[in-house]
Amino acid sequence: MSTHTLHETAALTRRSLRHVLRSPDTVVTTAVMPIAFLLLFVYVFGGAIQAGAGAVAAGSVPGTSYVDYLLPGILLITVATGLAYTAYRLFTDLQGGIVERLRSMPISRAPVLWAHVLTSLAATLVSLAVVVVAALLMGFRSPAGPLAWLAVTGILLLVTLALTWWAVVAGLSARSLDGATAFSYPLIFLPFLSSAFVPTATMPGPVRWFAEHQPVTPVVDSLRALLSGQPVGAEIWVALAWCAGVLVLGQAGAVLLFRRRVG
Amino acid sequence: MSTTTGPAIQVRGLRKSFADVDVLRGVDLLVERGSIYALLGANGAGKTTLVRILSTLLPPDAGTATVCDLDVATRAAQVRGSISLTGQFAAVDEVLTGRENLVLMAQLWHLADPGARADELLEQFSLAEAGGRRVVTWSGGMRRRLDIAMSLTGSPPVVFLDEPTTGLDPQGRLEVWGAVRTLAAAGTTVLLTTQYLEEAEKLADRIAILHRGRVLVEGTLAELRALLPPTTVEYVEKQPTLEEIFLALVGDDPSDAGEHAEDGR
Ligand SMILES: Nc1ncnc2c1ncn2[C@@H]1O[C@H](COP(=O)(O)OP(=O)(O)OP(=O)(O)O)[C@@H](O)[C@H]1O
Ligand SMILES: [Mg+2]
Repeated sequence: MSTHTLHETAALTRRSLRHVLRSPDTVVTTAVMPIAFLLLFVYVFGGAIQAGAGAVAAGSVPGTSYVDYLLPGILLITVATGLAYTAYRLFTDLQGGIVERLRSMPISRAPVLWAHVLTSLAATLVSLAVVVVAALLMGFRSPAGPLAWLAVTGILLLVTLALTWWAVVAGLSARSLDGATAFSYPLIFLPFLSSAFVPTATMPGPVRWFAEHQPVTPVVDSLRALLSGQPVGAEIWVALAWCAGVLVLGQAGAVLLFRRRVG
Repeated sequence: MSTTTGPAIQVRGLRKSFADVDVLRGVDLLVERGSIYALLGANGAGKTTLVRILSTLLPPDAGTATVCDLDVATRAAQVRGSISLTGQFAAVDEVLTGRENLVLMAQLWHLADPGARADELLEQFSLAEAGGRRVVTWSGGMRRRLDIAMSLTGSPPVVFLDEPTTGLDPQGRLEVWGAVRTLAAAGTTVLLTTQYLEEAEKLADRIAILHRGRVLVEGTLAELRALLPPTTVEYVEKQPTLEEIFLALVGDDPSDAGEHAEDGR
């Protein structure tokens, strides 16, 4: 990357971050639904879920509570809701003619895309922090050391980056604002069919099979192990392999679409 | 600048069609450096399409177009360094303030002092007072002026303005005209499209009328006037306005009804 390209990326990222800062409601909205889920599951369903799944499950590590069990899945839901805004920002840029203006200027093409990707990472990170603070207020405690937290942050950023490319695909290919953001709905739903809320062992046959073979489960299990100070097993490699696959595929699609639409 | 002295814009046999419409069917155009050139045409005549091709946003199907002796199809990157485009619809960032919009442009042009350039442009377009407010609170005319100011940030030698005064009040229109004249006086070439025939009359050195995919007539206002020689001498108290010329040339062409019929029903 030339210094010009870096300079352009910085200028466009600053602009995009201003959008996030000036509509703090997007960060709040991103965090509100995950926090609502957290409240609902901890204070309303929590008792029943723990009673039902207790034998196999959640609190199987002594001293951990259901909020501890729940948080990794909730964090993934936070990522998914935040990405809807990434698609939204890209879509409105395309509609509003900003991208057209940039296309007629003597700047590289890549910064136009990277500004959105970097903003997506930053905005999601802030929303994740807000949700973690909410969880702390609800009694979440973690024995994890700085290294484990670093690993947790790294995994969440990797997931965010991988899915950001899909948000870019959605933003580039959508014909309406609703179409741009709709891609995040299945992502928000996916954790419900994983080990995020209850152990997969409690699920009936086919559902259980799906839950054990979809990407959310290894990611959630890895995050949970790290946060509860447990050793991480082979699931981390499964999780990373999923992330890498989703990332490579998404980025290829996003770049292809971007080339076709923007140049 | 460069040592070349060719015309600012040269278009030869340019063709462009979309799925089922032949929009440009062999357009020829020559715009001298430092002149103001007005492109007239009815809705759907292809003005925006031509401007988008010249500003490298759209590849032509056939023919050639050069800007500052650079081919828009093969030397697009260099062309972009010599032009600016103000599209038909304002492309400003409503979330940012006016000044921030201009600073962003100045940064993207890699100017030494983006802030100073932004203030200069705000002053020039009478936007200094509103400069610190978010654009979402601005009026349409103010946005349009900002839009033009943003395009001019890098001071490129060739400027494309697609219907720059549509939606502006008379005062705003005069300000834009003033800005265009200032540009031309400083040696910038301006190609503008317009629906307002008066605008072309008042502003342009040369005028082209785009009609059914071709340049129907082209020349100075006087040359266009000469196309309609006054037939009955005693009634010639005023010269025909450009509007009359335009309507006489374009107006009642029955074979032209197809396009309008689609719009109508
Ligand atoms: N991307 C596109 N796909 C399909 N058709 C298009 C596209 N862009 C323009 N057209 C068609 O080309 C024709 C010319 O459009 P253009 O926008 O160039 O006209 P115009 O002279 O700028 O009109 P107006 O005065 O309304 O702005 C129209 O019939 C339009 O529908
Ligand atoms: Mg147009």
